[in-house]
Amino acid sequence: MSLATQMLEFFRRKSKAILGGGEKAIQKQVSLGKLTARDRIMSLLDDDSFHEYDLFVEHKCSDFDMDKKQLAADGVITGTGKISGFPVCIYAQDFTVAGGSLGLMHARKITKIMDHAMKLGLPLIGINDSGGARIQEGVNSLAGYGEIFYRNTLASGVIPQISVILGPCAGGAVYSPALTDFVFVVENISKMFITGPEVIKTVLGEEISMEDLGGARVQTEISGNAHFFAHSEQECFEQIKQLVTFIPWNNRKKPDAFPATPPRPEFDPEKIIPVNPRQPYDVRNIIRAICDDSGFFEIQEHWAANIVIGFSRLNGETVGVVGNQPLVLAGVLDVDSSDKAARFIRFCDAFNIPLITFVDLPGYLPGADQEHAGVIRHGAKILYAYSEATVPKVTVILRKAYGGGYIAMCSRHLGADFVFAWPSAEIAVMGPEGAANIIFRQEIATADDPDAVRQQKVLEYTEKFANPYIAAANGHVDAVIGPHETREFLIHAIEISRDKHELRPHKKHGIPPF
Amino acid sequence: MSEKSTLQRLVIDDTPYETRFTTKFEKRKPYAAPNPKHVLAFIPGVIQEIYVSEGQKVRWGDSLLVLEAMKMKNDVTADIEGVIRSVKVKKNEKVIKNQLLIEFE
Repeated sequence: MSLATQMLEFFRRKSKAILGGGEKAIQKQVSLGKLTARDRIMSLLDDDSFHEYDLFVEHKCSDFDMDKKQLAADGVITGTGKISGFPVCIYAQDFTVAGGSLGLMHARKITKIMDHAMKLGLPLIGINDSGGARIQEGVNSLAGYGEIFYRNTLASGVIPQISVILGPCAGGAVYSPALTDFVFVVENISKMFITGPEVIKTVLGEEISMEDLGGARVQTEISGNAHFFAHSEQECFEQIKQLVTFIPWNNRKKPDAFPATPPRPEFDPEKIIPVNPRQPYDVRNIIRAICDDSGFFEIQEHWAANIVIGFSRLNGETVGVVGNQPLVLAGVLDVDSSDKAARFIRFCDAFNIPLITFVDLPGYLPGADQEHAGVIRHGAKILYAYSEATVPKVTVILRKAYGGGYIAMCSRHLGADFVFAWPSAEIAVMGPEGAANIIFRQEIATADDPDAVRQQKVLEYTEKFANPYIAAANGHVDAVIGPHETREFLIHAIEISRDKHELRPHKKHGIPPF
Repeated sequence: MSEKSTLQRLVIDDTPYETRFTTKFEKRKPYAAPNPKHVLAFIPGVIQEIYVSEGQKVRWGDSLLVLEAMKMKNDVTADIEGVIRSVKVKKNEKVIKNQLLIEFE
């Protein structure tokens, strides 16, 4: 056989495999408003950068007449490529091939590209669009899932892992995204749940639609399982392209530096915080007033909005930003916001991203629902994450820093390298009203005019304690700085912390209050 | 957005703060002490058998009904001694979690 004939045979095989589930299945996929697996990879990666592997992998199942079925590429496309020059390993499940169902070889293709990602120190992007386990393959299909979860866990904190949910991702399959760092979902396309509406209806008699059970909005607003919401697949890919600019390829590297840009003049840090400490403002405007180009790439924007997390740049370098949000629930810490911040802090620590914390909170959210939901255990996560982190940690106390909330928000006591406070800071065991009511309870109760005495005592307490100077006098605050100096102080702190080296006691691993 | 845009009052340590509420916060259920005279479904399921009727005297540990859920037949027993005031469910009825099944006098 001549090479020309061999090439013809090769092209015949390749073009067949590339067609996935065939024209009809592709039409169906497109009619659902979805791109094909291959088009998704092409849309996400730089032009001509995708290199595919294992196109000719075939399943080995012979039960239920499966030996008569050929499944193109076994329902998953794997390979490597680049996003804005940033190398990545990628896989995309192909719903047009047997519903993207996961059999053993399908899983082996995924684990192979995961192993590559680990060896090469490259981020992993997984595009999920699958009906679930390939039932015909029985326990081998489960083995496949298990092998993926195991690798997700080993890769955690070594390489960034990104999951993109572009179709159903149900049952055991959800645990791969759950183990990864960032989960992207798209309106009307993404569906994630452990047990679907059918099962819930038969077993429990409850009726709920797929969208209401585990659609994109549910996962980004109610459960907190997903980090980014998009209205279209294209918008989702743009979000991923932005995210990768902020993170390093692996845990031995630092994120790429970008040219430094000053914040935009419309954000004046002195004009954001209201004079009345009980009035809210959007802490994201403080971040924009301080960081490069007033940029803030927010993560989990729609869930636990009483804390904001995300990436910005200072003098061109990526920083992870955590900030209490007075605009929502007065910026309190609660079960969800502690969980949200703690995981982000651990991501930043694992990937050498300095942490900047903006503090303005009245404390933890009171309530029986919070206590019963385990706010003690969840609240402890944020303390654990900050204490454990050895990346540069810089804290700016903007206004209120009361009680347990003050300690939790990366105080000096949890190992902050630098704690700065604005003149508007109130660092105290609690707010003046609460403190006066406790300390002067007797005096207020026995006074002829209790309200007048209370007001007087609140005023006295405010004058004496509602400021940054007592904390500064004790060295808990390193410097009291003005809003306009803040950017420069932060840039300097990050710059001089570049070679920060902090040792921790040897251990196999800690036991965070998961 | 999960949070409403109008400002509300949230009191923490006697201080009222102007802020937005989240949907989750607004939907939170106020705490209610459990009523020992109410037998609630601890899991959603189907009532398979009912062993007691109105006016019947039962002792601690007596079987009240069988609640089938997740293919398990759960024997629901009395936590207190007393007289049944009413049985709120029928055989083969589907019940949701925390639905009132039986009330004691």
